[in-house]
Amino acid sequence: MRYAMAIDTRKCVGCSDCVVACQVENNVPIGYCRDWVVESTSGTYPVLQTEIRSERCNHCDNSPCVRCCPTGASHFEQGGIVTVTHHKCIGCGACIQSCPYDARYSHPDGYVDKCTFCLHRVVEGLKPACVSVCPTKCMYFGDLEDPNSDVSVAIRHRNYKTLAPEAGTKPQIFYLL
Amino acid sequence: MKEELFVSGRDIPNIDPFLNIWHWQIPMYLFLGGLAAGILFFASLFTIMGKEKEMPTTVKRATLLVPIALSLGLFFLFLDLKHKLWFWQLYTTIRLESPMSWGAWTLMVITPLSMVWSASYLKELWPAWDWKFKILDDFEKLVIKNRKGLAWAMIILAVILGIYTGILLSAFNARPLWNTSLLGPLFLVSGMSTGAATIMWMAKDKSERLLMSKIDLLLISIELFFIVHLFMGFLASNAVQIEAANLFLGGAFTVSFWGFVVVLGLIVPALLEILELRGYHIPVAIPAGLILFGGMMFRFIMVEAGQITRYLY
Repeated sequence: MRYAMAIDTRKCVGCSDCVVACQVENNVPIGYCRDWVVESTSGTYPVLQTEIRSERCNHCDNSPCVRCCPTGASHFEQGGIVTVTHHKCIGCGACIQSCPYDARYSHPDGYVDKCTFCLHRVVEGLKPACVSVCPTKCMYFGDLEDPNSDVSVAIRHRNYKTLAPEAGTKPQIFYLL
Repeated sequence: MKEELFVSGRDIPNIDPFLNIWHWQIPMYLFLGGLAAGILFFASLFTIMGKEKEMPTTVKRATLLVPIALSLGLFFLFLDLKHKLWFWQLYTTIRLESPMSWGAWTLMVITPLSMVWSASYLKELWPAWDWKFKILDDFEKLVIKNRKGLAWAMIILAVILGIYTGILLSAFNARPLWNTSLLGPLFLVSGMSTGAATIMWMAKDKSERLLMSKIDLLLISIELFFIVHLFMGFLASNAVQIEAANLFLGGAFTVSFWGFVVVLGLIVPALLEILELRGYHIPVAIPAGLILFGGMMFRFIMVEAGQITRYLY
């Protein structure tokens, strides 16, 4: 099993519903967020191109955060989901330094916090909160090893990219182009 | 042109607009750890060579600073932790892939060893010293008998400690400024240089001071050589590392790095040491103080600048 997500940058309108859904579902403290939306504009006027991306932890296959954690608090859960065991985390900040996506933050209670792909929902057969609320249905979640899962179907016939693949982290969120 | 905006809004403390999760505690620890590693390295080296008599400050007096420096450094590391009461989780596991785990365990061993080392010389430095308990007297005898073995253990641990201060940073591939294998050797040499400067400052005997001064000159040259190579490596690397190097080549850290670290912290003390070796009288506090200042600035600048550098996508 390998959980992954695909996000259609052509369907996403940048409404930030995914961000709010996550904050509510996971009781994220005010002023913090586990996911966020980036609007990236490139080109020279008048030939401009805009890409909208909902970003979060990439639950990398080769996770630098899991590797550098001195206590084993950062670890892989089922399906390659990267999570932090709060009562093992000492708040040293190594994983925050190690993440090329700046997807982790120091929770006001001291431990490090991040996107969990809503593991508590996934084990019950539900989709992550962000995916389930998306009004344009531009996000797909599922098991990459299952050829019929939403995410496998979504990436089958589309070009996609991952973020900073040159960092060698093997990110598991695919942006459909 | 490329412009990126957080349309959902994002202003997480210490993460946005740029990473700033490690503050003064980390560079202070890196400085103290490097200094302690440097002193212990020379103390063990001269003990193994059987030169305790010729190098009394190195082996006996400067090492008294090591337990203080390490304890203070550990205290700063503790201050840096954001989930402090769980710090003991470090010692429930050994994680070979995590430099921080290596560092935590090395400190756990080298700190008590350095205390034992210093304690075994207390009687020699202060003949009136009395351990009061027989068991402590016996332990002292045991340590004195096994000093060479202790020195071998400490020299290995000192190199691990010194190199670890650099590897801690260089293992983070997400921070392009740190992500170079040169950082480990560079921090080791810089730490050894600050250690040599401290011994030089404390030495009462002229021949010991001049020997440490010569060693320090060699270390400074190696350090300058590494710094040149560091930037050559960055400029010949990928976009993110070129950008990282540009922070020092015209960017925000240009003056502080080349002015305080390279000129004031390396070149000026090296020139003063050369003058001293040529027979001019230079107050030792000036070159030694400058080297310590430069070593500390180097770590502050590297930690702060490194956190600004990142991947672009």
